[in-house]
Amino acid sequence: MDLFEYQGKQYFARYDIPVSRGGPADTVEEAIKEANQAGYPVVVKAQVQVGGRGKAGGIKLADNEAEVREHAGNILGMDIKGHVVKRLWIEQASDIDEEYYASFTLDRAAKKHLLMLSAEGGVEIEAVAESNPDAIVKLHIDPVDGLDEATARQACVDAKLPERALDGAADILVKLYRCFTEGDCDLAEINPLILKPTGEVHALDAKVTLDENAEFRHPEWDAFRGLTEMDDREKMAAEKGLQYIGLDGTVGIIANGAGLAMSTLDVVNQVGGSAANFLDIGGGANADVMAGALEVINFDDNVQSILINIFGGITRGEEVAKGIVEAMGRVDLRAPIVIRLDGTNAEEGRQILLDAGIPADKLRSEPTMLDAARAAVAIAK
Amino acid sequence: MAIFVNENTKVIVQGLTGGQGKYHGLRNRDYGTRVVGGVTPGKAGQDVDGIPVFDTVADAVAATGATASFVAVPPKFASGAILEAAAAGIGFVVCITEGIPAQDEAKVYNTLIRDFPGTRLLGPNCPGIISPGKCNIGITAGEIAQVPSADGPNVGIVSRSGTLTYQALYELKQKGIGVSTCVGIGGDPVPGTNFIDCLAEFQADPETHAIMMIGEIGGSAEEEAAEYIQANVTKPMSAYIAGVTAPAGKKMGHAGAIVSGGKGTAQGKMDALAAAGVKVGLNPTEAGELMAEIVAAL
Repeated sequence: MDLFEYQGKQYFARYDIPVSRGGPADTVEEAIKEANQAGYPVVVKAQVQVGGRGKAGGIKLADNEAEVREHAGNILGMDIKGHVVKRLWIEQASDIDEEYYASFTLDRAAKKHLLMLSAEGGVEIEAVAESNPDAIVKLHIDPVDGLDEATARQACVDAKLPERALDGAADILVKLYRCFTEGDCDLAEINPLILKPTGEVHALDAKVTLDENAEFRHPEWDAFRGLTEMDDREKMAAEKGLQYIGLDGTVGIIANGAGLAMSTLDVVNQVGGSAANFLDIGGGANADVMAGALEVINFDDNVQSILINIFGGITRGEEVAKGIVEAMGRVDLRAPIVIRLDGTNAEEGRQILLDAGIPADKLRSEPTMLDAARAAVAIAK
Repeated sequence: MAIFVNENTKVIVQGLTGGQGKYHGLRNRDYGTRVVGGVTPGKAGQDVDGIPVFDTVADAVAATGATASFVAVPPKFASGAILEAAAAGIGFVVCITEGIPAQDEAKVYNTLIRDFPGTRLLGPNCPGIISPGKCNIGITAGEIAQVPSADGPNVGIVSRSGTLTYQALYELKQKGIGVSTCVGIGGDPVPGTNFIDCLAEFQADPETHAIMMIGEIGGSAEEEAAEYIQANVTKPMSAYIAGVTAPAGKKMGHAGAIVSGGKGTAQGKMDALAAAGVKVGLNPTEAGELMAEIVAAL
């Protein structure tokens, strides 16, 4: 789950990482209230999950209430690269001497945590990596050992941070690492990490991606849900606990396993069709899950045919078949289904579908993934 | 021969009394796998369809001489279960659990490397491993795997995606091509066993004559494998990479499959493998057909 900047800052604050005083606002009046509380000058920041907000006019400095009113009014509802601004973050403006970059991620190739630290922050780190790779200190951390203050400080020295920033930056790194590990982040990034004229080091932005697998030990994450950037289809799928991504095509896809679902998209594409979605019903999906998946697909007006591609391992064929029969009784499916069913208990599943007596123009079976894709694409055209 | 597991492998199931553990543990036994015990804390003395249950892995190992473990417990308990198996001297741990936090996975992986170098972890979030006709640990439906022929040629399969592992087995079964071992390494960010581990074993296994590899978008495991193949693998290979049409920046179902910053694209992976001499198919069926051509020429 990607957090908005303001959520990331709220999360940082839980780990004592210094962030600017501020608050979220959904209306101009709320923005003014937050600005008055934070103290002028303030920065009015669009909360969208896309880079380049500043360039697009989504970040503005305001010296007084009138300016907050003007900027908040302009930015709310603004479209930034297809993301409509629904919420603002109003925070006290900071004096900036220098801008750094700091992040923790998992380096999958090295199988260790990776700290990236640079004295050249504030810009896209990819650009720095390209033009001046030596300006980024990369330090691998063994997850068993963790990161101690001395190592963090040495990284700051290596990144050529000035003497007066070392204590503050090392302290933030240790806290950010705690946030990354105990907070179960896939990514915890501060860009820019700023040095103020007063010598304090401070997180001016926050980019946090949470690992949803760890949700069971983070009840506090509930507060981050709600204002998501999902479309209506994705919201409906999320409520049903399905792995769904909306796309623009006409063939609705249901498969078990991310690999098979991706492969199904590929094959539909190869035979001249286009997928309306990615939907992985996961391992061990039962009748309820299948019925829910069909409801989500049926909700998408673009869908002309539905391709169900199941290869049973944990998922059992008879459960899939029961789900389809149940869903067809529960939901009035607009588009016909083409199904390919193999693996665990596939024969029982196919028998259940036969016994249900569903007419062939509503549901048909194909022996292979390619045949099923061809049939589904033919219907969709 | 086969890699990692064979007819002599004695397996315990951690979580045998749970739904998944019981269902798949018994299926594995029915397939012919030597499932010698189960572990569920507090349930020692019970049995599941004749398989004795123990409180701890150490007790199970002492009583049965088990050398492999099948971990089928919920995400919360999976890390502890894996490390318990390692501490009890189990050499091969298969963990099918989906949804283990990445932080836990990274910690388990590095703990194994440091403290239990004698233990190999397969998974987590993987379908398991099958040496057809000999041993099946995990959730693969055994009947879709073609038993290897005595004089070959036989194919070794390594796959990062669960269901595509079955698809690969199925493609070869349709063509009557024997499989020495099929390893599902799983799609999580920190798999215990990677492509290269399996490629090295297949290269050394006299019963494996060709290798089929199934990858997917995200990360750089396929690119690293391509480098390894170029330098070390002489057996012919076919491959398929899922996710050609996946939009960039979208997380496709699980942690493994995400393209970011132009890295980890399907095309990049296919190009790297092709450059290493691997025949790359555009879908699983085509990869199977390419393998059939390879096998016919052996």
